[in-house]
Amino acid sequence: MEMHKLLITATAIALSTLAARADESTLTVGATVTATGPAASLGISEKNAIELMPAKIGDTPVKYVILDDGGDPGRAVRNARQLVEEYKADVILGSTTIPNSIAIGDIANQTKTPQIALAPIPASGFVFSLPQSADLMVEGLVEHMKENKVKTAAYLGFADSLGDHNYAAFLKFAKPAGIDVVTNERFGRNDTSVTAQVLRVMQAKPDAVFISASGTPAALPQIELKQRGYKGQSYFLHGVINQPFLRVGGKALEGTIATAGPFSVAKELKDSNPIKAHALAMIEPYEAKHGAGSANSFAAYAWDGYELIKAALPKALAKAKPGTEAFRVALKDAIENSKDVVGAGAVYTMTATNHNGLDGRARVLVRIKDNGFHPIQ
Amino acid sequence: MDTQIFSILLEDGIASGAIYALLALTMVLVFATTRILFVSQGEFVTFSGLSFASFQLGIAPQIVWLLAVLALVVTALEVVSALRLGQGKRVPWLVAIHLALPLAVVGACLWLAPLKPPVLVQAALSVALVTALGPAVYRLAFEPVANASVRTLFVIAIALHFILQGFGLLFFGAEGYRVDPLIDLDVSLGATVLKGQAMLVLATLAVLTAALYVFFEYTLLGKALRATAINRIGARIVGIKTPLAGRIAFTMSAFIGAIAGILAVGSTTLYYDSGFLIGLKAVLGAICGAMLSYPLAIAGAIGVGILETFSAFWVSAYTEAVVFSALIPVLLWLSLYAMPSEEGQEL
Repeated sequence: MEMHKLLITATAIALSTLAARADESTLTVGATVTATGPAASLGISEKNAIELMPAKIGDTPVKYVILDDGGDPGRAVRNARQLVEEYKADVILGSTTIPNSIAIGDIANQTKTPQIALAPIPASGFVFSLPQSADLMVEGLVEHMKENKVKTAAYLGFADSLGDHNYAAFLKFAKPAGIDVVTNERFGRNDTSVTAQVLRVMQAKPDAVFISASGTPAALPQIELKQRGYKGQSYFLHGVINQPFLRVGGKALEGTIATAGPFSVAKELKDSNPIKAHALAMIEPYEAKHGAGSANSFAAYAWDGYELIKAALPKALAKAKPGTEAFRVALKDAIENSKDVVGAGAVYTMTATNHNGLDGRARVLVRIKDNGFHPIQ
Repeated sequence: MDTQIFSILLEDGIASGAIYALLALTMVLVFATTRILFVSQGEFVTFSGLSFASFQLGIAPQIVWLLAVLALVVTALEVVSALRLGQGKRVPWLVAIHLALPLAVVGACLWLAPLKPPVLVQAALSVALVTALGPAVYRLAFEPVANASVRTLFVIAIALHFILQGFGLLFFGAEGYRVDPLIDLDVSLGATVLKGQAMLVLATLAVLTAALYVFFEYTLLGKALRATAINRIGARIVGIKTPLAGRIAFTMSAFIGAIAGILAVGSTTLYYDSGFLIGLKAVLGAICGAMLSYPLAIAGAIGVGILETFSAFWVSAYTEAVVFSALIPVLLWLSLYAMPSEEGQEL
């Protein structure tokens, strides 16, 4: 037993010596993403994006370490520790899912290492979070409803916590906009019929319907609404921006509106939108490597982690050398003071109290036409 | 609520209830002949519905490979046990029925899928594919432990559910599919519009129920199955092969489940994991018939469908809770009349 322990310790020391930094001026970006398990389709895109990141920012060489946490928060924490202690990471990218990202947050704050989470989590201290919150997107929907003189709107959402959250967000923004929310109907992802809920919605005769669901299940209520002859406008959230949704919904989706990240419709954005150039600059090499249509918003979140680091690096380098605590704190301060940093998915303006940094520029509304998503401009 | 809404809800409830009823029939059939509460029945529904959807896209469903592998394993087991018993003569017959037949289905699927055959051919292929899975699943999962307690068999059925659902995710992916209804014909009856697809489901239920009645009342095989259901030991004494009865029950239940899948995917979106809830609601229906009575199981399943639709109308966030709580009074009622059986004591 003792022998065994000794061996492990010896190996660990040997490994950490091996892994020690090759060069004092090298920036180390440690990433832990969910590249296997249920959230793998998200994590793999992020991993692909990290692999595309340049090996040099300015004159500073960058070393990337990518670990897989398999969707397990415990493993994400061990990965984060390994990244900080063994690889001496200056910044952590990840993780993919909400629980994993929250779990890593503790390590980030303890070790004073900036963390750029790729999932929407409450971010403060050393933690930053890049994706759009549901509230930001719902706000955009309500703005569009108001512009189009919608007075009454029905809510039809998932019967789960996401449905509750989005309903609360919808109420929050609808009331000041003078929109009356007339129903709070719910359905399950696996429901075989939503006829009853749709009848309830139609009884209320709303000007618009907000279908708060993600992926292919969101199509069923809209198909039923069309079959029952509903003529008003339907709205979706960005969780439907994918091909399977269009395949399942077919003609019933024509003319409906959804929120989206600018990245997912980058090619059709106006040239005056600063995000367009940044998004295309990332999409081209990405799709050249992984196939046409493969780049998605998750890849963009990871990429924007790089954009933020790149923008913050000169300020941090002015204060300390990579690999030191002083550098990590300086990097955090620099990211926190990011102003109008343009990424592939949004424009970030962070402050000490806002570690998400997004505004209305991080969303576009798209209309579904000819079985495709097209930005409304 | 006015009459129009009432009639629309009723129609919708009966249409989903009819799908549950088809499955409830198979639940009773399987439970009576094999004592298995086959909760993974719903997987047959999703497999066939999703296979049908992928045929419509011109792609052979990958589940054919599962069938091919299962057929190989079953054949190997059958041939080995036949040789051990010194019944070498039976080998060609065993290979024909356990290997050649399923592989013919696999071949037909692979060959016809890219040609985009007529819709009915696609439906027939999907049904054949899933029907062939039924006996193979029974042979591998249940036949070796056919005499185990009801509880053991139930646990195996649950394990099987997770395995099959995993295969569903592997073969069909996480996203849902739906296809155009087989019949796109709506009949106006006064203020009510009858959906063609709903009528088709009801007609199928009626035809299959009648066919099952004829099978059990007037054919030797049907009577043998009934005998197995009433008393397994007695049935064996009079020369009925109870393993065969199990395989036949599973073939029939996979067949009916597959047909339910073809009908369901025309009126709703199916996912790899849709089958579980559909199957569970069918179990509710079957329990209304005390797992014994076909007519009561059908009535119970349609009742579940109607209850589901109306509770979705009144309290949409709690639909499942309402539906499954309805089980409690039914169980209380049944417990008043339940006779402690030999099986019961064994538990």
